[in-house]
Amino acid sequence: MARARTPRSILPGFGISLGFTVAYLGLIVLVPLSAAFLRAAGMSLHDFVAAVTSPRVVAAYRLSFGASFAAGLVNMAFGLVVAWVLVRYSFPGKRLIDALVDLPFALPTAVAGIALTSLYSPGGWVGRFLEPMGLRVAFTWTGVFVALTFIGLPFVVRTVQPVLQDLEPEIEEAASTLGASRMQVVTRVLLPELAPSLLTGFALAFARALGEYGSVVFISGNMPMKTEIVPFLIITKLEQYDYGGATAIAVVMLVSSFILLLFINLLQKWSRRSHAI
Amino acid sequence: MLLTAVALLFLAFFLVLPLAAVFIQAFEKGAGYFLKSVLEPDALSAIRLTLLTVAIVVPANVVFGVAAAWAIAKFSFRGKSILTTLIDLPFAVSPVIAGLVYVLVFGAQGWFGPWLIAHNVRIIFAVPGIVLATAFVTFPFVARELIPLMQAQGTDEECSAVALGANGWQTFWRVTLPNIRWGLFYGVILCNARAMGEFGAVSVVSGHIRGETNTMPLHVEVLYNDYNIVAAFAVASLLALLALATLAIRTAIEWRTEGSA
Repeated sequence: MARARTPRSILPGFGISLGFTVAYLGLIVLVPLSAAFLRAAGMSLHDFVAAVTSPRVVAAYRLSFGASFAAGLVNMAFGLVVAWVLVRYSFPGKRLIDALVDLPFALPTAVAGIALTSLYSPGGWVGRFLEPMGLRVAFTWTGVFVALTFIGLPFVVRTVQPVLQDLEPEIEEAASTLGASRMQVVTRVLLPELAPSLLTGFALAFARALGEYGSVVFISGNMPMKTEIVPFLIITKLEQYDYGGATAIAVVMLVSSFILLLFINLLQKWSRRSHAI
Repeated sequence: MLLTAVALLFLAFFLVLPLAAVFIQAFEKGAGYFLKSVLEPDALSAIRLTLLTVAIVVPANVVFGVAAAWAIAKFSFRGKSILTTLIDLPFAVSPVIAGLVYVLVFGAQGWFGPWLIAHNVRIIFAVPGIVLATAFVTFPFVARELIPLMQAQGTDEECSAVALGANGWQTFWRVTLPNIRWGLFYGVILCNARAMGEFGAVSVVSGHIRGETNTMPLHVEVLYNDYNIVAAFAVASLLALLALATLAIRTAIEWRTEGSA
């Protein structure tokens, strides 16, 4: 894109469309977001550190990051299987299932939250079978993990699927004819090709899970120190009029998301480059 | 075969089961109770507020999305990739934080709080706050659909139209819009689904005043926390239907574009 040498476009509307875009972006997104950073900058360092490192907050980070990470891993494994099946096999109802994969994107999070809670609570459809085995899901760490797995499900499938579609089965056949075992084909041929998209999907699911609120708050039970996710803690602080505390935690989460976003952008560049070859 | 079974079981467990739970529990006490739950005054007021919010947010984000895509896809300028990244920013922000930042701007303790109180204007715990928080959360949807689409289409057709004497609006309405209509429609559908279902951001700014500032998802929460489970699922089933309709329209558009390609 040789910007400097591009001749002036004969199309009209550049000034007004760019002006409106920047103004709307600023008003709706950038100015409000900067309010969080300015508010946090107005706190003394001591107050800020105290707010973001209190035991209850640290317990919430541990839960949010841990359960999001675990859910991302599960989605990476099953997402790969689902994408594989959707691309390589054909079976009745495949298009319907392909469309259904996006349900977690389309279903309002509160609806997912109450549905999962009713399924996994001790008397629920699933919970009643798990309870005799001594496995409690609702109102425990596992419940948070289940909700975050639901919400992150489409990401890996949707990032891996197009890459798998472009990958020709001939490469695997070539590897097989050259004497590679099925396992070797998977680990030496397929996984290196899919690695960037798998990681991108994982990072997207992880980022989404970190900020997720609606689908988790019903099933988690929100017990301080135990099953309280970070977004819930922010709301709790707000309800106690502890605006500084809420903002400080929010800034930590915002910075984490921005780092993740940067990481995802780098991953996408990497995957584009490995595909260019 | 084994892999297919694993994949289908996983999806059945995580997708079909929760969806079935919503509809079955919505009708647990029969169709009469279902109708009563979705037609009682608080539910109707929640539906009205949700529709009002969508009626403001979706057109605003459509105008923004088209303007952003026009500027980004049809012109080259410095800082374009930064602008594109910034447009996607709301996707990286937790909905709860989206609500929080508006409280910091317009809340009683916020930047404009004292001024707003002095002039008796309510934004937080009122409809404007709900609209703003929803606009933030659904901000990228339309722009995101249109930018890659319009970039792929290039500027040749528009340039020809202008060279043949069309003015800007004629070019847009007669050349650009017909080319992007399905992408635009899809962006609107996604934006609409998310706007109607948004929970976290709205939850922070609404104040949960029954019959006044409860949207449909908030009304579901209130009913559920009151142990009015069947009524909660009745209202939730309307939102689940919206999600299914969104997926159906999406699939239909995909078939259509595949067919024409």
